[in-house]
Amino acid sequence: MELLVASAIGVLTAGGLYLVLRLRTFPVILGMSLLTYAVNVFLFASGRLTIGAAPILRDGVTTYTDPLPQALVLTAIVISFGMTAVVVMIGLGAFLGSDDDHVDDQPQTDVTNSEEGA
Amino acid sequence: MMHWIIAPVVLPALLAPFIVLAARYHIGIQRAVSVVGLLALIAITVGLAWQASDGSIVLYQLSDWAAPYGIVLVGDRLSTMMVFLTAVLALFVMLYAIGSGWDTRGHHFHALFQFQIMGIMGAFLTGDLFNLFVFFEVLLIASYGLMIHGGGNARLRAGVQYVLFNLIGSTLFLFALGSIYAETGTLNMADLASRIAQIGPESTVGIRVAAVLLILVFAIKAALVPLHFWLPASYAEAPAPIAALFAIMTKVGAYAIVRVYTLVFPPDLAVTAGLHEVWLLPAAIVSVAVGMIGVLAAKRLDRLVAFSVIGSMGMVMVAVALFTPEGIAAALYYTVHSTLAAACLFLVTDLVRTGRGDLALTAQPPMRGQAMTAGLFFAAAIAMAGLPPLSGFLGKLLVLDAAYNSTLVVWIWVIVLASSLIGVVGFARAGSILFWKSNSMTPTETIEDVTQPATLSYAAVAGLLALLVAHTVFAGQVHGYTTKIAAQLFAPAPYIATVLETPGKLSTPQEGH
Repeated sequence: MELLVASAIGVLTAGGLYLVLRLRTFPVILGMSLLTYAVNVFLFASGRLTIGAAPILRDGVTTYTDPLPQALVLTAIVISFGMTAVVVMIGLGAFLGSDDDHVDDQPQTDVTNSEEGA
Repeated sequence: MMHWIIAPVVLPALLAPFIVLAARYHIGIQRAVSVVGLLALIAITVGLAWQASDGSIVLYQLSDWAAPYGIVLVGDRLSTMMVFLTAVLALFVMLYAIGSGWDTRGHHFHALFQFQIMGIMGAFLTGDLFNLFVFFEVLLIASYGLMIHGGGNARLRAGVQYVLFNLIGSTLFLFALGSIYAETGTLNMADLASRIAQIGPESTVGIRVAAVLLILVFAIKAALVPLHFWLPASYAEAPAPIAALFAIMTKVGAYAIVRVYTLVFPPDLAVTAGLHEVWLLPAAIVSVAVGMIGVLAAKRLDRLVAFSVIGSMGMVMVAVALFTPEGIAAALYYTVHSTLAAACLFLVTDLVRTGRGDLALTAQPPMRGQAMTAGLFFAAAIAMAGLPPLSGFLGKLLVLDAAYNSTLVVWIWVIVLASSLIGVVGFARAGSILFWKSNSMTPTETIEDVTQPATLSYAAVAGLLALLVAHTVFAGQVHGYTTKIAAQLFAPAPYIATVLETPGKLSTPQEGH
């Protein structure tokens, strides 16, 4: 199982990094999502992998799993979900406004562009 | 237990929804609530700073849970000084935003501003690394809204870059936190400090990776070269009062480095040996150079100011990366100066934009309110470039003095002095093109929406300049206090003891159990 989880994190991170380095907004946002999935699984694994163990103290139970990473992952999921929504909205606004979804600065938008925009 | 220390987080957190829900359509009420809230914040933070000034550690356990299990807020000399600086800066920025009418150019300016303050205050006060991540996200998500306040395509495009860069930074932060938790089983800073000291030299691989990841995250926030690429576009395109407020956000990164790498990974720790001298210090020196070369090369005033922020963050980080008490003391003195000077310059940039219509560094007919704007630019540029008589000069002197025993002293002195000269030339060039050459130009066409900046705008900028003058005049006292802060940072035992040994609600036997 360790191999499976570790390679899943690795593949997600590699794919995410590749997409994040693309030029257009949509692949970059997809890459960000893959990276956040990877980090969520990574955080989950940071409390060691245990199957079928109780997270909360209980009578008659001897093996426990660490409950804290689960709380951390929950926080991270909520935050990354909200952040992805925000970046989609801002990216959509930028695309609809300038009819261009490149994430980098274009050469012709050097000196005059921001005055038109502002 | 004293509850005041959580007030800088709770007060903005309550004011922001009040502004959205109750005063949504009343800009007058929003302004009044904002300004009164910020005045109250200043009063609270003065109280906290006064309380911590004798060296005591103010601890707040949320829900009364004891430290490694619950989240704690900790106020020591450094935290309380930074929250006070934030509150003062926020007041002047808010006055400028009201005076210039920036807060009416979009929705929810005041609410987002309060959320931003909440995030910054929380980041300075928290004693828990995961909580630091959460407050980083609070301040970032508010800053995304503020950054694109007022709209416009250029701003939205810069906003996309800014958001994406920071999302990658946040992901990196989570990877760092996961590694730290996997290695130590805790994320409380004081608890981490005592556990990392016990890690044997044979099993340091994971914690080394975590330490490097963490410093990368904070270096992104502090805009250290080569992780500075998000800053110029986003600070230049952000509304001027917001860019001025962002001057404290880069300091959050510097603060986090100072806090984590004096407390959790102290400079003499074998695990992180070489991280500061081999990586952080050269990066900081290059930042100083890149920032000031950018000042000379900029074609627009807002880009020029953004690059001067990179240079001045580089100065802060040079002093921080020395990791000596003298270095940290100099860094903190320079941090206060750099925050005020950068905010001042961004506001002056907006005065130029208001009176002239654009920010390109080309000779154009005289702008509205030229004399006053030129005077303020002159003073702010002197401060930022580090010329006498203002505090930038004293700050640089302190940094150079602190660097005297470093192994890279020659590099630091040569780069800092040379880049100061380049910065002076860059600011002089910008000032003479903007203000002097305009007198020889005849007005050709009347540009629309060019107005005389409001008196309140000038008053806010002048107020920040007055603070800079005070920072210079009382340099002895301020530096004395930052020396005390550094001494407290390099003797973390009372901090750790206060956090870990204060009992919570489950520490004492309860009745009925």
